[in-house]
Amino acid sequence: MTGLFSEVFLSALLFGAVTAAIPLLLAGLGEQMSEKAGVLNIGIEGMMLAGAYLGFVGAFYSGSLWLGFLTGAAGGVAVALVMALLCVRIGLNQIVIGIALTLGLEGLTALLHHFQFSRSYPRLPAADATVIPLLSDIPVIGPAFFKQHLIVYLAVALVFGMGYVYRRTQLGLNLQAAGDKPAALDVAGIDVVRTRTIAVLTTGALAGLGGAYLANVGAGLFIPFITNGAGFLGIVLAMLARGRPIWVLFGALLFGICLSLTTAMQVAGINIPTDIIQMLPFLAVMIMLVLFGRRASLPAALGIPYERGAR
Amino acid sequence: MSIDTAPTVSATALDATSGAATRHDILHRLLMTLGPILAALVIAGCILLAVGVDPLAYYGYVLEKGLFSPLGIQQTLTRMAPLLFLAAGLIVAFRAGMWNLGGDGQFLLGAVTAAASAPVFIQIMPSWLALICSFLIAMVVAMIWSLVPALLRAYQGVNEIITTLMMTFLGTSLANVLVKLVFRDPGTTVPQTRTLPVEDRLPRLFETTITSGLLLGLAAIIIVHLVMTRTAFGLKLRIVGANPRAAVHSGLGVPGLTIAVFAISAGLAGLAGAVDIIGVQGNVRADWNPAYGLAVIPAVFLARMNGFAAIGFVFLLSVLSIGGESAARRLGVPNHFTLVLVSIVLIVLALAEYFDHRYSQSRRA
Repeated sequence: MTGLFSEVFLSALLFGAVTAAIPLLLAGLGEQMSEKAGVLNIGIEGMMLAGAYLGFVGAFYSGSLWLGFLTGAAGGVAVALVMALLCVRIGLNQIVIGIALTLGLEGLTALLHHFQFSRSYPRLPAADATVIPLLSDIPVIGPAFFKQHLIVYLAVALVFGMGYVYRRTQLGLNLQAAGDKPAALDVAGIDVVRTRTIAVLTTGALAGLGGAYLANVGAGLFIPFITNGAGFLGIVLAMLARGRPIWVLFGALLFGICLSLTTAMQVAGINIPTDIIQMLPFLAVMIMLVLFGRRASLPAALGIPYERGAR
Repeated sequence: MSIDTAPTVSATALDATSGAATRHDILHRLLMTLGPILAALVIAGCILLAVGVDPLAYYGYVLEKGLFSPLGIQQTLTRMAPLLFLAAGLIVAFRAGMWNLGGDGQFLLGAVTAAASAPVFIQIMPSWLALICSFLIAMVVAMIWSLVPALLRAYQGVNEIITTLMMTFLGTSLANVLVKLVFRDPGTTVPQTRTLPVEDRLPRLFETTITSGLLLGLAAIIIVHLVMTRTAFGLKLRIVGANPRAAVHSGLGVPGLTIAVFAISAGLAGLAGAVDIIGVQGNVRADWNPAYGLAVIPAVFLARMNGFAAIGFVFLLSVLSIGGESAARRLGVPNHFTLVLVSIVLIVLALAEYFDHRYSQSRRA
C-alpha cells in the first residue's frame, strides 16, 4: 500500500493512461468525422480490428513499426471502402452493415490469427520512444507525456489539425453540411456522396491506425478481439464531444486513466476484482451524462442515406 | 436527434397481403432469401478454401448438425428461445425509433438474477411458481437497468445509442461481479452461480431435448408483432418512431411512451437471459457472455421489424451458430468462422433487398 502514491507508481499509471488513450483518441477522432458528415459508423470496431491485425502483420514481417502503422491504416481504409460503397454510395442501412462488418472482422482476424500465429504468439520488440529534452525531466508527468513513441505526438497534433479543418476550411464546412443538410450541399454543387466517402475513408484510416497502435505499441502482439470494445468507446467519445476534437482528447484521457488504473492496481497488489475497476470509465461517463446530458447536438441527417431528389 | 426510421413505415405494408398476390409474393420472398444465402455460402466458402479447409465438408457438417440430425435440430430450436425474446424486444424498440443497443447487458443481468433466484425460490415454493418468480425478477431487473437511458432520452433528449452502449458495458461487468462475489456457488472452485437441478428447469417438449422456452419465445414475438401492428398502443409507438414531433402535436405523451418502450424492450431482453438460464444452461459461469444481441440486431432489421420474418431469420442464425460450432470442432476451424459466415449472410441479404427494391421500382415507373 505504501507504494501507491509513490512517484514511480504515478508515473507508470500516467504512462499507461496515455498508451491506452491513443487508440481511443484516434477512433474517436475518426468517428467524429463520419458523424459530422452524417454517417453513423458502427463498423469502426471492425476497422480497428483490421488495422490491428494488418498493422501487426506488417510490422512483424517487415520489422518496421512505421510500415506496420501504414498497413494498419490501409486495413482500416479497406473496410471503410466496403462501408462507403454499401452505406454511402447505395444507401444500405448503416447499423446493419456496421454491425455486420464488425462481426465479420472479429471472425476473420481471429481466424487468420489462429492459422498464422496461434502456436507461436510472436511479439514485437518494445517500441522506442522519442524523448523530448527538458520536458521529459519533469517528475511524474515528464516520462508519461514526453517519452512516448513519435506517433503519440502526431496523434495529439492531429487533434488541433482537425479542429482547424473543421473551423477554417471549405472541406470542414462541406462535411458539416453533409451531416446537417445534405440537400443544401448538393444544391451548392458539391457532391454529397463524395464528401461523405472522404469522411468514411478517413475514419477507416484513423481507426486502422488506432488498431495498429493498440497491437504494435500497446500490446506488442495481436490476439483475437484485441480491441475489446475500443471502437464502441470511440463512438461514445465522438458523440460526447459534440463535434469538437479537443473534447475527444480529454475524453480519451479520462478513459485511458481508468483503463490504466485497472492494471496499476493489480500491480500494486490491491485486491479489487478487475471487473469493478473496468466499470469506472463507463460509470464516469454515465454520471457526466446524467449531470450535463441535455440535448446533445447531433447532425440532423445522421444515419440517413442521401438520395438526390428524395423528400 | 432521432435517426432514420423509414423502415418502420414501410414495414406495415408487408402485413397487408391480398389473396391473389400472396402465393407469388411468398415465392418471391423465399427466392430473395434463399438466393442471397446461397451466394453468401459461396463467398464464405472461398475464405474456407483460402485457409485450406474443404468448404463442402464444412457446410455438410453445418447442415447435418444444425438442421438434419435429430439432436442438431433440437439444439437449434433450443438456441432459438433466447434469440426470439431478444428479437421481440428489439422489434418494439426499433419500431418506436429507439436504438436500444444495450441488449447484451440487459440479457446478462436478467440471466444472473434468474440464476441466483431460481435455486432459492424452488426451496420455498412449488417449482412452477418458483420459475415464474425468477422470470419476473429477471424482467424487472433488466427493466430497471434500462431506466437511466430511458429517463435521459425522455426528459433530456440524450441520445440512447451512447447511454445503452454504456449501460451494456457496465451491465456486463456488473454481471461478472455478481457472479464472482455475491452469488458465487460455495460448493465449486470455478466461479459460477449455483446450478439449478435439471428436473427443476423449464420442461422439455415431449420426448425431445427442445426447451419449452421455444414456445414462450414464439409467443412473445408473435404477441409483440400483433401489439405493434394491430393495437392502438402499437400505433402510438409507431407514430413516436416515425415522427416524434408529430407525436407530440397529436397529443401523445411521448416521455411516458419512451419509458414504456425501454421497459418493454429491456424486460424482453431480461426474459431472454432468464429463458436461457432456466431452460438450458442452469447456471451462469463467470465471464459468460454469448453476445447474442449483436447478431440479432441486423437480423431484426432485415426482417423489417416484422415478427414473423424475424422468426425465420432467428432460425437461420440458430442453424448457422449450432451447425457452425459442431463443424468447427470436427474440422479444426476455430468457431470464429461462424461470425464471418453470419456477417457475409447479413451483407448479401441487405444487398439483395436493395437490388430487389430497385428492380421493382424501375418496373413500376
